[in-house]
Amino acid sequence: MKYMLLMKYEGGAACDVPMGEWAPEDITTHLDFQRSLGKELAERGELVEAQGLTGPELARVVTSDGRSAPVVTDGPFPESKEFLAGYWIVDVESPDRAVEIAAQASAAPGPGGVPIQQPIEVRQVMSVPASDS
Amino acid sequence: MAEVGEHPSEGLLRELAPQALAVVARRSGDFAAAEDAVQEALLAASLRWPTEGQPDHPLAWLVRVARRRLVDEVRSDAARRQREETAAAGEVPGADVADRDDTLALLFLCCHPSLTPASAIALTLRAVGGLTTAEIASAFLVPEATMAQRISRAKARIRSSGVAFAMPAEGERGEAVAAVLRVLYLVFSEGYTSTAGPELQRVELAAEAIRLTRMLRRLLPDDPEVGGLLALMLLTDARRHARTGPAGELVPLGEQDRGLWDSGLIAEGVELLTESLSRGAVGEYQLQAAIAAVHDEAATTEDTDWPQVLALYSLLERTSGSPMVSLNRAVAAAMVHGPATGLSILDGLDIPGSPLAGHYRLDAVRGHLHEMAGDTDAAVRDFQVAARRTTSLPEQHYLQTQAARLAHAGKAEAGRARAADAPPPAPPSKPEAQPGPGTREGAGTDGSSTGS
Repeated sequence: MKYMLLMKYEGGAACDVPMGEWAPEDITTHLDFQRSLGKELAERGELVEAQGLTGPELARVVTSDGRSAPVVTDGPFPESKEFLAGYWIVDVESPDRAVEIAAQASAAPGPGGVPIQQPIEVRQVMSVPASDS
Repeated sequence: MAEVGEHPSEGLLRELAPQALAVVARRSGDFAAAEDAVQEALLAASLRWPTEGQPDHPLAWLVRVARRRLVDEVRSDAARRQREETAAAGEVPGADVADRDDTLALLFLCCHPSLTPASAIALTLRAVGGLTTAEIASAFLVPEATMAQRISRAKARIRSSGVAFAMPAEGERGEAVAAVLRVLYLVFSEGYTSTAGPELQRVELAAEAIRLTRMLRRLLPDDPEVGGLLALMLLTDARRHARTGPAGELVPLGEQDRGLWDSGLIAEGVELLTESLSRGAVGEYQLQAAIAAVHDEAATTEDTDWPQVLALYSLLERTSGSPMVSLNRAVAAAMVHGPATGLSILDGLDIPGSPLAGHYRLDAVRGHLHEMAGDTDAAVRDFQVAARRTTSLPEQHYLQTQAARLAHAGKAEAGRARAADAPPPAPPSKPEAQPGPGTREGAGTDGSSTGS
């Protein structure tokens, strides 16, 4: 079953300091954690895709009525914390496993090595129905 | 001849692919159809040769099978096919030979300016590089079907633009070669910077770019810019093992372990560059190669002949006008004349409407120069801004780490100053240089703010 695990820029209950302001060794620890989580998921055959998105400062929001020129809004955005920072797509045996992975990701170490408690949104990816009846 | 059961060497099929295509395309007059037919013949070879054994004349085999596919497309007539197979069996092997002009014409066609860079890259890798669609897709991290479509559309574009599979007129030759060099350079840059590429990537794009440029050099041994591009690739590739740390992190040039550089590639690159420069027509790739050579020949960052690097970047700036080159020149100027000089060059580049205005590289370089000048607070701000705006994850991590390092050194500084007389400030980390390939396309291909 495929799930998308989404992370926004909102930070977590135990950290709302942007990474550029952490201690260098805390950054390294955090990156090592992410890397080894990705590696673990890959080795278990669960990792489909993982991407980081470029920052909200580079984002543009586009709306169009199909007729006139599209409206393109540039940052900075007041609600930038709501923007997606990145996602994993995992292929797992059960919904519980998706939650387990998300919990691991949420507890990534932050400043002082303290788990961030970042909220991770877990969404099942729509798939083909099991039968056509 | 390969024994039955032995997989035909990938190298052989890749080498024969453009030759087969050149022969078939020349005769058939329909490049797109010929390319599809040759693809099928290559696939057939990879499936049948292991069981049937490699034919005595593998190129003739490919040409024959491709031609058969073409005919099949036009008319499916079993009897006629049988006659043709019989006739083909009696063909003199080697009668169809792809000559130098054929392969060049093929390259010119695939790199034609009417194609977008991404299309030209995909088509060149398949038609000239002999890579399968799946291999190209994997190298560019897109699904195979997506890459197949990109290649189909590229061929349709060629057809609709009316470009012929033929050598360009004398007067247009220079531009045609320049277009090929641009494409090969893009392939190399793409390969060079995909440090975070998938483990399963079977084809190394940088190696493929080098292989194709070596081939081009055999076809055009007297063209100094071809020599210059190959030298640039070799001199840059020589550093590849030092560019990433044990945890996959980015290591900029100034911090690389030079013991990990490939001295054989450096020697070859320098020799090639010297030969190219001796021909007198110094172009952009030779200049970039010359800069790479200055770095590669320095035992340490401190030993680097920065005045020479500065002179070369100034020359390059006049010829190429790429914004990344201007950034690189600012760094070199700082190394020669001090950070204030570099910073004022940056101010001149950071004006509204300029391609560098708001570009993260500008902030990253500014951060390094502010650090060099001892203005730590400004450097932290610059690195944080750059980190928020970069489009590369390894680079983002690098920039965040720089900001953090400086911010925390500052805090430690303040603590000590309160306790006693402050010790002399820590020397700034080695300022990086930007010798890596700077691209006209602007986004820059180096993994760090200042290249490696």
